[in-house]
Amino acid sequence: MDARSEIELVAVSKRFGATMAVSGVSLRIPGASYCCLLGPSGCGKTTTLRMIAGHEAATDGDILIGGQNVTLLPPIRRGTAMMFQSYALFPHLNCLDNVAFSLKMRGVRKAERHASAREYLALVHMEQYGERLPSQLSGGQQQRVALARALITRPRVLLLDEPLSALDPFLRTRVREELKRLQRELGITFIHVTHSQDEAMAMADLMVVMEEGEIRQSGPPRDIFERPTNAFIARFIGGHNVLPTERGLIAIRADRCRLAGAPGAGPCVSGHIAAVEYQGAMVRVALATDAGEEASALLPDNDFYAHPVSPGDAATLMWSERDAHVLADA
Amino acid sequence: MNWIAKRSPPPLAAGGWGEGAAQTRVAPPPPIPPDQVRSRLLPRREGVSFRPSPWLISWFQLSPLSLVLLVLFALPTMLFLVVSFFDYDRVGIYPAFLLDNYRELLTTPTTLRVYISSLKFAVVVWAITLFLGFNIAWFLIFHIRSATTRTVLFLLCAIPFWTSGIIRTIAWIPFLGRNGAFNTILQSLDITSQPLTFLLFSDFAVVVTYVHLFTLLMVGPIANSMAKIDPALLEAARDAGASRWRTMVDVVIPLSKTGIALGSILVFTQVMGDYFVVKQMSGGQSASIVSMLSTEIQAMQYPPASANAMVLVVFVAIMVGCMMRIVDVRKELVK
Repeated sequence: MDARSEIELVAVSKRFGATMAVSGVSLRIPGASYCCLLGPSGCGKTTTLRMIAGHEAATDGDILIGGQNVTLLPPIRRGTAMMFQSYALFPHLNCLDNVAFSLKMRGVRKAERHASAREYLALVHMEQYGERLPSQLSGGQQQRVALARALITRPRVLLLDEPLSALDPFLRTRVREELKRLQRELGITFIHVTHSQDEAMAMADLMVVMEEGEIRQSGPPRDIFERPTNAFIARFIGGHNVLPTERGLIAIRADRCRLAGAPGAGPCVSGHIAAVEYQGAMVRVALATDAGEEASALLPDNDFYAHPVSPGDAATLMWSERDAHVLADA
Repeated sequence: MNWIAKRSPPPLAAGGWGEGAAQTRVAPPPPIPPDQVRSRLLPRREGVSFRPSPWLISWFQLSPLSLVLLVLFALPTMLFLVVSFFDYDRVGIYPAFLLDNYRELLTTPTTLRVYISSLKFAVVVWAITLFLGFNIAWFLIFHIRSATTRTVLFLLCAIPFWTSGIIRTIAWIPFLGRNGAFNTILQSLDITSQPLTFLLFSDFAVVVTYVHLFTLLMVGPIANSMAKIDPALLEAARDAGASRWRTMVDVVIPLSKTGIALGSILVFTQVMGDYFVVKQMSGGQSASIVSMLSTEIQAMQYPPASANAMVLVVFVAIMVGCMMRIVDVRKELVK
């Protein structure tokens, strides 16, 4: 079961004219796992996804799914299904026919394919909307239909292109849980493209951070958050301060930093408060250091209100040596 | 001024967002006295006294087009309708209410023959322009990735329209004629030994000219419909295992049907109302409805000509009505 949905990219590249969208990406995604491709826009994550889906031909390299080389196969023979960012529901077909579309292409009889489509609509709790046109549904409902349409092909791998970006924040959290539950229950591999590090950290078993068409770091989210390899990763995944010291660039988690009025024992950097952001459980204090760097401290609300500060106040950011993490140059 | 009060934020619930936050230590600004609210919201506008009602503005915006349609279309049509019932002789027309003009028109075998001949042209030309127009539109919208190239190609399609239709019709004569360019090429390549005679002054020539003149009328509306299709839909179809052909039949054609219907209406009405092409290119072998009409006008038989025109208008209107029934063009255009 697991091996069937294992994916391997071997030195995969994609060139559009003179620009390299993806250059020499190698990656192994274990079967039945949830993988998030994360990166800023234009980093090649969507192109990578589309190459796995078979909607973009790789310029170079091989793509293997379940040990089979699928580089030259059309999407339907790869055992992948894609959920598009715009959902791409057929506007002239009702939800039932949208979901049944791939069965119609395979020549399944109408009664049979409609029965099957109803089952998949029920899987995403949309069974009562079968007769509606996509334009009569909300964005979240359209997404469920799109999900049912992708799953009805019984894919080994489900590819999701920014599935949560069009949803409002409350719905986003719910869909996040639901996608994760579906992935566990179906026991297939989900590859999810996103530019939100929160989303990737919340969902991924394997998080792959890309920049400029290359993989910068991949691994379980906790490994990446605790040990970012370079300044780009540390800044991109957020919650880190990247500061120059005599040991080179270091990253310290903002929630491991403390504020003090004056330098004390241990490593520190001084400056003044630039902004105070109340975030509920935590308060984020942004600091402009005397050297012109930006840094921040995430303080539990009790700690902050015990010694409140205001923008403009002089302050020192302190941390303990064991929390500092030396970065590779970059 | 009550509504202002309703807009102010609800009081913060205990323990809710913002409770005890640094920012809330700042005292909230004092409420604006009600008598000052209006002047703070809207800068006072001096000198604006006349404000026509939206109803009047709508009519005002509609009037130019309505006037043009009324004077240049509705009134003449009414005139034809009235005249079509008149009596006439060799010297003049006389107000009357006779059905003779219609009776004569609808009982002559010539009428049926001419209508069938025109319909035949209309159907053949419709089928060819639809095939060409659909494929050209498909190519321009989905295969040309660069917007500049697409604009240039559209212009190339449109530039022939800068010449009048009459010139473009006549231009086929030296090409298709017995000693024309096409026959000369065929003979010099030893493909034929005798000049082909069916090329000019034949139904073939009429169809070729119609197709040349009217294909763009298909390309435009179909391309317009296709441009609204999200390219992701084609990928979604492919992802679901649809072949190119099935994608075409199940996705592209249903989504371009408005354009197909509009193009069909344009081509169909053009062919049915044509006079010049049939006259020039058929060599007198085919007659069109309008040429029948023009013969009557030249003989100063205005009442039967009017009756003829009315029958043509009603016939074309019924055909267009049928096409509109298949595709609700108005509903689709609103989207």
